[in-house]
Amino acid sequence: MSNHPAVAEVAVPRRPAPGRIVNDLSIQVATVNGSGSQSSNLVLLRSLFGMGIPVGGKNLFPSNIAGLPTWFTIRANRDGWVGRKREVDILVALNPQTARSDVDELSPGRAVLYEEGLRLDRQRDDLVFYPAPFQKLAAEVVRETRLKKLLANMVYVGVLGELLSIEREEIYRAIERQFRRKKTAVRLNRQAVDLGAAYARENLPKRDAYAVAPMNENEGKILIDGNAAAALGSMFGGVSVATWYPITPSSSLVEQLEGFLKRHRKRDDGKATYAVVQAEDEIAAAGMAIAAGWAGARSMTATSGPGISLMSEFVGLAYYAEIPVVLWDIQRVGPSTGLPTRTAQGDLLSTYTLSHGDTKHPCLLPASTRECFEFGWKAFDLSERLQTPIFVLSDLDLGMNIWATDPFEYPDRPMDRGKVLSRADLRRLGGFRRYADVDGDAIPWRTLPGTDHPGAAYFTRGSGHDERAEYTESGEAYVRVMERLGRKFETARTLVPPPVISEADGRSPVGLIAFGTSDHPVEEARVRLRDLAAIEVDYLRLRALPFSPTVLDFITSHRRVVVVDQNRDGQLLQLLRSEFGERIPPGVLRSLRHFSGHPLTAATVVDFVTEMEIGAGPAAGSTASP
Amino acid sequence: MPRAPRRRRTPRRPKTNRVGLQQRDYRGKPSTLCKGCGHDAISSQLIRAFFESDVRPHRVAKLSGIGCSSKTPAYFLNQSHGFNAVHGRMPSVATGAVLANRDLIAVGVSGDGDTASIGMGQFVHLVRRNLPLIYIVENNGVYGLTKGQFSATADENARLRSGEVNRLPNIDLCGMAVELGATYVARSFAGDPKQLVALLRGALAHNGTAVIDILSPCVTFNNHPGSTKSYTWGKTNEEPIQLLDFVPAVDQIEVDYEEGTTQDIQLHDGSWVRLRKLGRDYDPTDRHDAENLLLEAQESGLFLTGLIYLNTKKRTLLDTLELCDEPLALLPEHELRPRSEVLDEVFGSYR
Ligand SMILES: Cc1ncc(C[n+]2csc(CCOP(=O)(O)OP(=O)(O)O)c2C)c(N)n1
Ligand code: SF4
Ligand SMILES: [Mg+2]
Repeated sequence: MSNHPAVAEVAVPRRPAPGRIVNDLSIQVATVNGSGSQSSNLVLLRSLFGMGIPVGGKNLFPSNIAGLPTWFTIRANRDGWVGRKREVDILVALNPQTARSDVDELSPGRAVLYEEGLRLDRQRDDLVFYPAPFQKLAAEVVRETRLKKLLANMVYVGVLGELLSIEREEIYRAIERQFRRKKTAVRLNRQAVDLGAAYARENLPKRDAYAVAPMNENEGKILIDGNAAAALGSMFGGVSVATWYPITPSSSLVEQLEGFLKRHRKRDDGKATYAVVQAEDEIAAAGMAIAAGWAGARSMTATSGPGISLMSEFVGLAYYAEIPVVLWDIQRVGPSTGLPTRTAQGDLLSTYTLSHGDTKHPCLLPASTRECFEFGWKAFDLSERLQTPIFVLSDLDLGMNIWATDPFEYPDRPMDRGKVLSRADLRRLGGFRRYADVDGDAIPWRTLPGTDHPGAAYFTRGSGHDERAEYTESGEAYVRVMERLGRKFETARTLVPPPVISEADGRSPVGLIAFGTSDHPVEEARVRLRDLAAIEVDYLRLRALPFSPTVLDFITSHRRVVVVDQNRDGQLLQLLRSEFGERIPPGVLRSLRHFSGHPLTAATVVDFVTEMEIGAGPAAGSTASP
Repeated sequence: MPRAPRRRRTPRRPKTNRVGLQQRDYRGKPSTLCKGCGHDAISSQLIRAFFESDVRPHRVAKLSGIGCSSKTPAYFLNQSHGFNAVHGRMPSVATGAVLANRDLIAVGVSGDGDTASIGMGQFVHLVRRNLPLIYIVENNGVYGLTKGQFSATADENARLRSGEVNRLPNIDLCGMAVELGATYVARSFAGDPKQLVALLRGALAHNGTAVIDILSPCVTFNNHPGSTKSYTWGKTNEEPIQLLDFVPAVDQIEVDYEEGTTQDIQLHDGSWVRLRKLGRDYDPTDRHDAENLLLEAQESGLFLTGLIYLNTKKRTLLDTLELCDEPLALLPEHELRPRSEVLDEVFGSYR
């Protein structure tokens, strides 16, 4: 047990005095999966959001329907840093299974709100303990056991609201939003909150340092998960065929897409301008999406690592036969089933070159819900323009967790349907060669099945073919086609979203390259490094593969470049090395690898860079964070 | 007798169908299969059926998996788009193509290996969805393209030329199709062109999944004495369950048969199949009849051919999905991309 001095001895006023920690805290709610705490967690999150405080929520859940421990963390931060924080400031301990170890992990001075029966206060003397009889209080609202259990969750919202000074009106508003038209539910939940708050007022004098106060940072913003944003982006990208097979963490993408399409893509007569098919497996999902792309639809599928593995053969066919299709990979921890409900960036290498033979695919790397939306529609333009599979690599953290965002920008250009020859074109041209590079960009022209012209048809195959799409086993023809596909990839390089570079004026010797959800902790770490250690870190955020030439410029203009990967083997680092080879001076690249399944924290990045710059300095590629 | 003056032989004008095409317009590239392969015989009957049914080739999409059989879409209907995909996955490819463009007449060609082994899952789910598709299985009991290994449709105790004996029971694809709810199920023989053309034309007129399992001898690996998938075996054992005529919607259907000896069933596009009874009292619209017939064939090793099951009532996948009438692939941008107010509205709903 810890022997830090207790902080709870002194009588503390209930309202935090100035100088206390305001609008900078993380709350962790530890419950049992299936206990129905999700609504109360969302209510808590939304009431903080409603107060105008930057906030984000992350659900750390097991691969289980009911019974195993689950944690929901909320981070509120006045400066807008809402990525995962290493320390928990307020623990809400509702799960007897994990309560003791959860309490053990806290730093001194933190607060624990717990079901009084757990008697956690005996465990340590350097924390602030707030026992409360959640179940008993809930029983004052309803008798029925199941409802009582659910309401107990809302009681802790009331207690916490009182302790942290969350505005009651905002809690009510969040409850109304959560339960919408269910009047009774709204009433009961409000009652539960009131009871919790009253209990806290009478029995739990404020003794910890944390509090919240209204701000005005959320004007015009909403809270949304990345999968919903991706679904919206896909709808505004004009998706017409979406196929899928359920898998966490991608299921909610297509489920929400179907919801949006039902509302906004049906005609007045009820007829759908889209098809969503739950396939028998990911192989079929890929086959359907690819053939739909072949036949001219804007088609997509969404999956995670195991599904990507199954799609491998089909993706090679789409690459070689030059068929547009969009594939979302909401990455989770592999290999195999791995940690199926935890986040990772472990599919970078496998998707980039998915399938046998020489294959490479443009990959878009969204870092925010806004980019999920933007890449959602842009991916279709790219796939039809390039006539090739486009991967969008999101991850569980982005896809399933809740992020505050500014409004998404409506597409700023009409759809690019790519090089498709119509009947009129064919009449004018007489015919066409399916796989010929007539424009010098290595992108051929295609026709769609159903085009009413005797010269429209061509034969699509995964076996050797020449410019006229004729079967051939000629080595020369094979080389010609493959070389052109290689050149087409160079065209792709100029079309994919370029990296975002943020550099300090004086050109720091230290650079950092990251992508996807590493962005949030990296940006927070840069500020902390500047403020606390006077280390400027220039930052290149990669938004797509293949790399644009600026990536090499960025590397060569810095003395040390940290490459952040959320995987064991430094997959991005490997790609940089293989792409730029000798052109990267030796010793420049340093690999920060984080792969515990939890989102990366700013602290991990700060520690790494500090040690590199001030401490002994890790050898290149040797440091992995827990 | 004075000889009649010799008439200059005018070249016989090749027959033209209702869409102004000749049979040769339905041909494909020269086949690269072995001479005499059953698959080539089937391609010829496909050409005939599409010609006789006045199909506009540009409306057809040919889909296939991998195998000698799956190569054949290159050997018929040159003026139709074709897609020779990956092994066992023709059903998903057909599904995607038809979803994208419901106006396409989809013809899938598969083999017994392609369907009954690697592709069994997709076959099952395609049939269950009742996708409008003509699903042809060119069944030779072996994997032709990989040089003659047994497939899952090989009969129990059938013998390869090498003497190897198949010890596993066969999978009856027609039986599975009926059980899974296919709406047009037939069995035929590459050596019975007349029946095959009628079945293909019936399938063209049908709206739903039409599974046609065709004995298609592999002359290279499975045509020896003792094979139960050879031409000789087929010729000797074929027992049609009915005489089958296809009567197009445009032709008058005349009733000049004795009461009770024929059955006329109208198909989706208004045409008819006329079934003349042969011995058995068999009603292909009765699923129990179909299942009993197939069971009998299976148990007694009979090669019963003809239209086994027909259901013109069941809804197709396109109905289930309530798809709009126009092909999704051809919808204009304003139908695909909702207006910016919709984005504002959705955004508002998150507040
Ligand atoms: C994934 C995969 N596995 C194996 C093969 C090899 N292969 C090619 S054709 C074939 C069997 C084809 O048999 P069938 O469908 O009966 O066609 P047939 O050649 O007899 O007409 C196999 C196993 C392949 N192409 N792809
Ligand atoms: S190997 Fe058999 S199936 Fe293949 S082409 Fe030759 S005869 Fe036909
Ligand atoms: Mg075969």
